[in-house]
Amino acid sequence: MSAMLEVTDLKMAFGGVKAVDGLTFSANAGEIIAVIGPNGAGKTSAFNCITGFYKPTGGTVKLKGEDIAGRRPADIAHAGVTRTFQNLRLFNDMSVLDNVRAGMHLYGGQNFLDAIFHTPRYKHSEAMYTEEAHYWLDFVGYRGNRGVPIRNLSYGQQKPVEISRALARKADLLLLDEPAAGLNHSEKQSLLDLVRRIRDLGTAVVLIEHDMGLVMEVSERIVVMNFGKEIAEGTPAEVKADPAVIEAYLGQDDEDEEEPALGDA
Amino acid sequence: MTSENTTESVSDPNDQGKESAVGTMLTRIFENKHIGWAGLAVALLVPVLNSTPYALNVMTTAAIFVVLASGLNIVVGYCGLLDLGYIAFLAVGAYTAGILSKALELPVLFTLPAVVIMCILAGLIIGAPTLRLRSDYLAIVTLGFGEITRITANNLSITGGPSGIFGIPGFLVIGNLDFQSPLIFYYLTVIIVSGLVLAAARLGKSRLGRAWKFVKEDEDAAESMGINTYKVKLLAYIFGAVWGGFGGMLFASHLTAVSPMSFLFLQSALVLMAVVMGGMGNIKGVVLGALVISLLPEFLRDFSEYRYLLFGVLLVVVMVFRPKGFWPPRGTEAERTEAQGDVAAFAKGVKR
Repeated sequence: MSAMLEVTDLKMAFGGVKAVDGLTFSANAGEIIAVIGPNGAGKTSAFNCITGFYKPTGGTVKLKGEDIAGRRPADIAHAGVTRTFQNLRLFNDMSVLDNVRAGMHLYGGQNFLDAIFHTPRYKHSEAMYTEEAHYWLDFVGYRGNRGVPIRNLSYGQQKPVEISRALARKADLLLLDEPAAGLNHSEKQSLLDLVRRIRDLGTAVVLIEHDMGLVMEVSERIVVMNFGKEIAEGTPAEVKADPAVIEAYLGQDDEDEEEPALGDA
Repeated sequence: MTSENTTESVSDPNDQGKESAVGTMLTRIFENKHIGWAGLAVALLVPVLNSTPYALNVMTTAAIFVVLASGLNIVVGYCGLLDLGYIAFLAVGAYTAGILSKALELPVLFTLPAVVIMCILAGLIIGAPTLRLRSDYLAIVTLGFGEITRITANNLSITGGPSGIFGIPGFLVIGNLDFQSPLIFYYLTVIIVSGLVLAAARLGKSRLGRAWKFVKEDEDAAESMGINTYKVKLLAYIFGAVWGGFGGMLFASHLTAVSPMSFLFLQSALVLMAVVMGGMGNIKGVVLGALVISLLPEFLRDFSEYRYLLFGVLLVVVMVFRPKGFWPPRGTEAERTEAQGDVAAFAKGVKR
């Protein structure tokens, strides 16, 4: 199987600071890859390079063999990349359904004249948008109200909505930036199940996560970063046994510790 | 419906949530889906009560102001682009209509295609270089463009310089029916304006309208969902410009004269005030705001020289008690109905 995402020697420098310095990894369709590392290791910067929010200062990012590095974010989304953000980035004054509809912008199906004259095309596409929004909210297991502004919801409810917005994009590659942050134990369990179901759709999933338990359980391969550099890559078992990882990241040989070595960043 | 109302009033700290009996009644009236038709009916019936030339003049002016506010609402209310020079588009529309109809001796209505094209061009020319800027910077640049437009009109000979152009032919004459007579022109204006207000409202609930609101709320998140924010903002600008152009055409026709003094910064500020005070993003609120801003000074005439002082005080009071405007958008919609619940049947077609 050819790789869905191929990142080669990715570099991102802010002045003299090398946030990402030679990151290389790949992700196949239907595979879950985790990117881990202490805070400040350059994980989110790498995500921002892949999704076009930063213009990488070096290296290539290939999606299905096509180099997308340096394009504007909307073009990269169009090419088939979707993401969530480290801190929720929802459209606060808009309804839950509208937030999910944002992921469907590229479906098209109507132009402004259809909207002004309420043509059958408009009505059909709006019905389709609504139906799909409900589908993706069901998919992530969202149980709350759907017609209310999203700012009225709790953090734990907003989180799955952001994921369903990303899913509604129906992209080939999903980037999740700390999906488990701020979730309680049972919410983490359903997240784990959700990530697997997303993978089963045939999507390549790349996630940044600090929760080691979750990372070890869900991911097929793990990329470890520190100070912008990639220090290890492999299966969870390989990464756990890698001396460089233990030294630079875990600090001690305690695999069950949650959020280890945060102070080292 | 009732449960939806309770949810909002309980959990929404920004909505002046003291739901008294009067408040509930008002909510019920204001959120009625026929409120727009009721407003149109009032506009059509007012001349029955009072059709003096003065009243018709004031009401026609107010209706033109409504179309300006609904156009600026697309730019500021939907898309969140602070435009301090919006009146420039009224100027472009008015001058295009005036100059062409006078030069070609055509009824003003026939200049419409040219007005629309000129406004699209003006929107592109002003929007393309400036929309890469964000918030405050955009406001300053649009302020500059508004003034540039007025000063250019003041100095060109084709626009008639400081005295402007006058003697613009009537809107349209068909047989004995002269659309320029005050009563008929009022009705014509109301109908055109209603159509544009409805169109703006419908745009707000479309794919494009949602894209505008996504850009307003969070540009980066919108971009990450595949929305080309630059293009979408430019479209908001162009739609706003076309609405302004329609306003300008009606304006030129109504006054039969256009002069640079009509396009002062104060006018841009008044239109913006109507949008902000009415409730940015909610077209019904914006129409109400526009009516208040344009009609209140007339009702305050009894206070002669104090009327603008009073006007200012009232505006401040409104903004203190309703910081989101009289009638802000609610951001709510219907929950799922039974018919939409059949997900299993639908799920088959979802993934490519």
